[in-house]
Amino acid sequence: MTEPVLSLTQHIPALLVLVPLLASAIIPFSPARLRRAGGTVALLANAAALALASALAVETFRLGRVTYNFGGWAPPWGIEYAVDPLAAIMLLLVAFVSFAAAVYSRAAAGAEIAHEKLPYYHSAGLLLVSGLSGMIITGDVFNLYVFLEIASLAGYALIAAGRRRDALVASFNYLILGTIAATFILLGIGYLYMASGTLNIADLRERLPHIYHTKTVLTAFAFLMVGFSIKTALFPLHIWLPDAYTYAPSPASALLAAAGTKVGVYAMLRVTYTVFRPEFNASVVPMKTILLVLSSAAIIYGAVMAIAQKDIKRMLAWSSVSQIGYIVLGAAIASQYSLTGSLLHMINHALMKAALFMCAGLMLISTGAEKISDLRGAAARMPLTMAAFTAAAVSMTGIPPTLGFMSKWHIALGAVEAGLWAVVPVVLAGSLLTGIYFWKVIEPAYFAAPPEGHIPSGRGQAPDTPAPFWAAAPAAALAGLGVLLGLAAWTPAAGAARAAGELLLK
Amino acid sequence: MTELFHPALLPLAAAVFLPALPDGGRKFLTVAVPLAALALCAAGPHGARGGFEFFGHELSPWRNDGLSALFACVFSLIGAIGAVYALHEDRAAEQSAGLAYLGGALGVTLAGDLLTLFVFWELMALAAAAIVFIGGRPGSAGAGMRYLMMHLFGGVLLLSGILLRAAETGSLAFGPMTADLGSPAAWLILAGFLLNAAAPPLGAWLPDAYPRASVTGAILLTAYTTKSAVYALIRGFPGAEPLIWLGAVMTIYGVVYAMLENDARRLLSYHIISQVGYMVCGAGIGTQLALNGAAALAVGNILYKGLLFMAAGAVLHVTGKSRLSELSSGEGSEGPLWRKMPATAALYLAGAAAISSFPLFSGFVSKAMTVSAAGETGAALPYLLLTLAAAGTFLSVGLKLPYNMFFRDSTAAPKAKEPPPNMLAAMALAAALCLLPGLFPGLLYSVLPFPTGYQPYTAAHVVAALGTLGFTALGFIMFLPRLVPAPSLSLDTDWFYRRGAASFMRFLHGPLSRGAEAARRFFFGRLPAGLARASENPRAFLGIAALSARLYFSTPGAEAALRERLETALKSYPGEACSYRPVGSTVLWVILFLAGYLALYYIAN
Repeated sequence: MTEPVLSLTQHIPALLVLVPLLASAIIPFSPARLRRAGGTVALLANAAALALASALAVETFRLGRVTYNFGGWAPPWGIEYAVDPLAAIMLLLVAFVSFAAAVYSRAAAGAEIAHEKLPYYHSAGLLLVSGLSGMIITGDVFNLYVFLEIASLAGYALIAAGRRRDALVASFNYLILGTIAATFILLGIGYLYMASGTLNIADLRERLPHIYHTKTVLTAFAFLMVGFSIKTALFPLHIWLPDAYTYAPSPASALLAAAGTKVGVYAMLRVTYTVFRPEFNASVVPMKTILLVLSSAAIIYGAVMAIAQKDIKRMLAWSSVSQIGYIVLGAAIASQYSLTGSLLHMINHALMKAALFMCAGLMLISTGAEKISDLRGAAARMPLTMAAFTAAAVSMTGIPPTLGFMSKWHIALGAVEAGLWAVVPVVLAGSLLTGIYFWKVIEPAYFAAPPEGHIPSGRGQAPDTPAPFWAAAPAAALAGLGVLLGLAAWTPAAGAARAAGELLLK
Repeated sequence: MTELFHPALLPLAAAVFLPALPDGGRKFLTVAVPLAALALCAAGPHGARGGFEFFGHELSPWRNDGLSALFACVFSLIGAIGAVYALHEDRAAEQSAGLAYLGGALGVTLAGDLLTLFVFWELMALAAAAIVFIGGRPGSAGAGMRYLMMHLFGGVLLLSGILLRAAETGSLAFGPMTADLGSPAAWLILAGFLLNAAAPPLGAWLPDAYPRASVTGAILLTAYTTKSAVYALIRGFPGAEPLIWLGAVMTIYGVVYAMLENDARRLLSYHIISQVGYMVCGAGIGTQLALNGAAALAVGNILYKGLLFMAAGAVLHVTGKSRLSELSSGEGSEGPLWRKMPATAALYLAGAAAISSFPLFSGFVSKAMTVSAAGETGAALPYLLLTLAAAGTFLSVGLKLPYNMFFRDSTAAPKAKEPPPNMLAAMALAAALCLLPGLFPGLLYSVLPFPTGYQPYTAAHVVAALGTLGFTALGFIMFLPRLVPAPSLSLDTDWFYRRGAASFMRFLHGPLSRGAEAARRFFFGRLPAGLARASENPRAFLGIAALSARLYFSTPGAEAALRERLETALKSYPGEACSYRPVGSTVLWVILFLAGYLALYYIAN
């Protein structure tokens, strides 16, 4: 085999991480005029990343697996990038959502972020995308930690960009917990290295089974599980999440809720199914029962707390706690059906929650609404935003024919198949509760008269301003996609089923 | 790509694009699309089509056999008639929802597997709820929400049943499940079906929602949800014995409420429950004659109930009044309403004759089949109940309603005139379709799912029918002075007791209707109110509940302190739902989890 000529297509895996990373470095260090166009730079970089991720996904599903040796050093000496169907789906998802968020941010982030901070906001957004993509694509656990830190730091900055002072407290709290999580993950990786002498994921997979029962490996696994549980905000380690998503600027909330926690779950799946093998979870550690209980509690508790909220974004944030429960539940059951459902729900939740947070931002822009009570009669004033919100809510609730129905159907079917009868009512009741908390927003918006002389909580008496078209368009497109993907469910479901099948390989 | 022409997709696609069209195009589509769907269903070759594999389950969204084709055709037909009836209105949202509703109903009817059925089932619930929401009548939005909640609950029952069944049998095929009634799966599916069939005590949504839809929207509501549930019962649970009894009770339940009701459209709504009872009963009997009868009744009922709703809607449209007590108030000066709206009155009477099974109308040739089937199988009490309900039908829909609406002198509507011509045309079409099977029963029988040699026009049938009708009419005339409709639903009903089965009727009026009323108050009043209160601050609510429980079980000594705490908690409710959480507690959790995991792993190894 001859060494091929340097070609761009061959380097897609590296470019996918490098393009947003370089772009995020360019923005703050460029001359003032270019810096002001930070939104455009971010949009272009995200568009490029989306194109790269699409090409890579096509390639991966054709070949089954794409690998890339960084700097030409073969593993286990060099750092390997490895893309399997699951990683390809996640990369595409992250690229797509961040592209949509970039479209929104370019048009409307200025409404929630001070003018002079905007370039840095765009830069941090790109850094987050780069870190998340790196976490997904890397085939090396230490590299995973590095990208996790990149993404986390970008996340703290994004949250702190919020327009209220509470944003700083929220960001600080998340910083503390996120640092603990990252430290735990690093410790876990260190123990793994100590026991096995390798950092390459494929190598770890080969070597670990012989030493599964050693205390070093078990300790490593415990640190990793707790660390990732914090990063994914799995109940009861979710405390940082509601404040963070509430006070972050809406597009940042959209990005973090859609991509951030999903990649945390992805990393958890990678560690439990690829670094360790499925049988490790099944026979060595009693993780399945613990995760089943925690995720069921997350579904119900998150939904109940969401019902109690008066603030739109805080309600959406609590809804995230509940929906993450669904994703972890499907993964914990660990059957073909449930894992497919879990992956589908990652896609569904990423697209829909991004759309919902964008809608929350649009509501703030056009009517100054922050509290649910500000939305009375709002549907007449912002029909497109409310339509997108409703469509996304329908898919989150899991009413057919949306993608949310497909994902919950798979999870429930997996639970039934595995004989976990106690889980089925949780899945169904969670769905009903989801319907209730979204209904609490939809009902006043469509069926209540707008109050006379009411001053919305998010703004003084400023008059209604129409939301910029390019801010409303991505929200509507994402929400529409939930319905579209539900109608053509076999495409995402087939991809997710293939990814799930490969994860479950012994 | 034949599956692209699935009849349900046509109205669904039209529903999506409709709002973008100009007024004329929309109206054209609302009539043309149901007709095209009708042609597709009628002309489509029989058998399953468009089947595909879906994760190990065989789905067949298009099963066109005698039974499903019959229902699908009639659904399409009433869709077109309802659209003609609504031509004078320009309500894009309702037109769109109506088409989506038709799409859902067609999808349910043609579904060969339970997953497809469920998807369209939920779609139907959404579209119907939307029609109620935008009804524009007092209380429409609230009723629409209750409708949606109720049907989402039914959807959860159905979905649970389907999931269980898929796990038990490994198949999603939708066929007879009567033999599986030992398992909870079939029961859950049956409960989901029965909720849509408005079987008590889960049926209160129907009279709650339908009268609050718009005049035009109500036509479709009366046709699709309950009748598609009847289809599902005929297909899924033929010969399930509990259905015989449930159906028989429904016929009486509905007709008793119809007797007591004052609002014309609510009266007709209650009466739907009674009519569906016949069909449920027919499905429960399960013989070929009974299933034929249930299918024929459903077909006929869609048309004549639609006609009755159209006529009552026309009166509401013209006079703005729907309550009988208002329509018949102010004796003497203006003359009865039928003089101003003779065509509407005549068309209403045609529908009333059909529903009361007058010979020569469709109700006669279809209802007789079900009642005969009940008689043949020797189910004596159901037979009696069905006959009794037939008398009640004539009394409520055939006599009480038209008498008070059209034939009493009143000053209620001095400027009343005939409704717009499109309304009259739609009613005339429906009336013709009610008369046609009555005159030529062979036409109807030839499209029924099972071949039949049934003869409706035997001397015994005709005499029995005329006898029942005649004596009912006699009773009505004798008690006419006591039948003045009152605005407060307090029709004096003791005349009803005297007509045989006195104690049974007293039971129906007393405990049964009180129980049903209490159930309705609970499900539509106290339960939602309580849930809304709890949702303001679920955590504090649970705390209060726990305190109350402790108080209940407390010793006398601790009681006072607990009572005080409870009162403070109640006073500050709901308070702030969420307090600011410091991260310190979470760090504690993190440490606990790490320690817990480590301990567990070490112990496990």
